[in-house]
Amino acid sequence: MTNAREISVEYLARVEGEGSMRVEVVDDHIEHVEFSIFEPPRFFEAFLRGRPHTDAPDITARICGICPIAYQMSSVHAMEDAFGVTVGGPLRELRRLIYCGEWIESHALHIYLLHAPDFLGYQSGIHMAADHRDVVERGLRLKKAGNAIVGLLGGREIHPINVKVGGFYRTPTKAELETLVPELEWAKEAAIETIRFVSGFTFPEADMDFEFVSLSHPDEYPFNEGRIISNRGLDISVAEFNETFVEEHVERSNALHSRIRERGAYHVGPLARYSLNFDKLTPLAQNLAREAGLERVCMNPFKSIVVRSVETLYAVEEALRIIDEYEPPAAPAVPYTVKEGEGHGATEAPRGLLYHRYRVHDDGRIADAQIVPPTAQNQLTIESDLRYVLERHLDLPDEELAWVLEQSIRNYDPCISCATHFLDLTVDRG
Amino acid sequence: MALPTLAVHKFASCDGCQLSLLDLEDELLAVAGVVQIANFMEASREVLPPPYDVTLIEGSVTTAHDAERIKQIREETGVLITIGACATAGGIQALRNWKDVDDFTRYVYAHPAYIDTLQMSTPISDHVAVDFELRGCPVSKYQLLEVLVAFLQGRRPNIPTYSVCVECKLKGNPCVMVAQGTPCLGPVTQAGCNALCPTYDRGCFGCFGPMESPNTGSLADRWKEMGASERDLVDAFRSFNAWSDAFREESDRQQASIEIGGVR
Ligand code: SF4
Ligand code: SF4
Repeated sequence: MTNAREISVEYLARVEGEGSMRVEVVDDHIEHVEFSIFEPPRFFEAFLRGRPHTDAPDITARICGICPIAYQMSSVHAMEDAFGVTVGGPLRELRRLIYCGEWIESHALHIYLLHAPDFLGYQSGIHMAADHRDVVERGLRLKKAGNAIVGLLGGREIHPINVKVGGFYRTPTKAELETLVPELEWAKEAAIETIRFVSGFTFPEADMDFEFVSLSHPDEYPFNEGRIISNRGLDISVAEFNETFVEEHVERSNALHSRIRERGAYHVGPLARYSLNFDKLTPLAQNLAREAGLERVCMNPFKSIVVRSVETLYAVEEALRIIDEYEPPAAPAVPYTVKEGEGHGATEAPRGLLYHRYRVHDDGRIADAQIVPPTAQNQLTIESDLRYVLERHLDLPDEELAWVLEQSIRNYDPCISCATHFLDLTVDRG
Repeated sequence: MALPTLAVHKFASCDGCQLSLLDLEDELLAVAGVVQIANFMEASREVLPPPYDVTLIEGSVTTAHDAERIKQIREETGVLITIGACATAGGIQALRNWKDVDDFTRYVYAHPAYIDTLQMSTPISDHVAVDFELRGCPVSKYQLLEVLVAFLQGRRPNIPTYSVCVECKLKGNPCVMVAQGTPCLGPVTQAGCNALCPTYDRGCFGCFGPMESPNTGSLADRWKEMGASERDLVDAFRSFNAWSDAFREESDRQQASIEIGGVR
């Protein structure tokens, strides 16, 4: 007698956007594994064409309400690349600072409200608060400390209005930035407590063989600049992205899957960044990572929650450093001359590498746009993780099996809204 | 005593408006103490069975499936509130509503049945009755809290319908159009952001959508005096609230005059 099991979760909870999961097992043999994205496409690249290049940071921010800064940063860097301008000095530092805010906010949201409940067996962060109110309150306050940076520098937390090609509309005074310091000092302690808290969880065993991909910069943990590298010898400039990575439209998903030409799946995000840039973390963050039991390279995706906590600490320390050293720039933005051209930008969104490419006409309007978000790049890896976890947990009853599979998807903090911005207006009307 | 139940549903959107709920860091746990969060996938695995007392909708309708889903949701809820530019005006993705018109012939003959739903991004109110529409891309989290509390208390929310200009005046901001010659949509855009962009030395780009009876024509004339072209005006009115009546009509007027100009 054959024993067929199908486990499907039609609407994944605690992820950003609409996705589903389905696995089929017959007689302990895995027949089918699928993580799909059914969120309707919004065709950003199609309607960016013809818009003024100055619209790119505001419009692409609306791909994702959780990581708008990432879209703003990748788009302005790509435009500046097209026009041959470099933004340095305090403006460059302010861009790092606003990104620190987004990492803190996004990581704290995921750690406390979306992911920790999996490890502690709660349906949500709100359920968790019934038993662990002080823990959830710490998470919310940490999130708020990150949001305060984005709010002050960007004007508001979701879809900030102050970022533009060349810099900002208005830059803060030193005194304004210093108002953030007391709460960030608290956040530093809270981030340390967070690392200790999550490192006490029980982690399913997993030892994957990921190809990690992230930016790498000679002097700093990467945010906005660097080369794209991997642990298998990849080392390219951002402009070479399309020579290395390909996007494919897979029928069952409203998002494009990315792979490395010839090699296949790869992994972007905190685990990749951490494993490829450990030596660029602050000494304190490195020590806390060791204390939490992390090696310099982490191949267990369930431990991404610990890595996110380490990155949160790094981002808080980096924000404090930037504020401490800040001297306001002479002008809020660098002037530039519009010309015809093509530009590339890649930055490290909280969920991993976010690549933008634009071609611009000589009148400054967008001729062509391409956006490759982290979750699209991770889709294949998410499916191979599902397979791995499934193989090792076949003895669990359906309900528990579904939960651990969901958890392994949430390891990636997938942002489905990002993944479905979609390439072009090619709906299959068949 | 049973708490009133709250559901949050997503349509085509960026998640930003529902994130505003989780961004109420100081109030979230208090809110969770007075309402039962019954169906909010972004925050919880647990789904309680309908009906719900209050439902928040983020996002616009862009597929035939979603056009059916919103009807079902309407049946299962007492109060239905739409939040954000996507849900109230079709959102930035409504820019395709024009693009598709241009490409119309490519699709229209093959499968006409798909045209309306797959090609258009439309607000929720085009499909079902809506009890309250909260503007903004994203909504203001404080306005969202006010709306929620008001409905829980059974009163009308206190959400002003005057313009961003009024907020600038209340704040004592110098006018960016007068002082810097920066084009601004503040005179025709609904308040709610506390005049955010002018406070950051930037012109308003209309993310809260049109105020009540906006005079878009006279603002367009004013922009032209400042050097804006008709094309600039089309772009300005066609952004996050492009498919709202007032902004759509003004953008179409400007577009029409470009086309007439082109023939001459
Ligand atoms: S209205 Fe704006 S912020 Fe809200 S969901 Fe739509 S795109 Fe996101
Ligand atoms: S000033 Fe205008 S564009 Fe800026 S936040 Fe307010 S409504 Fe939105």
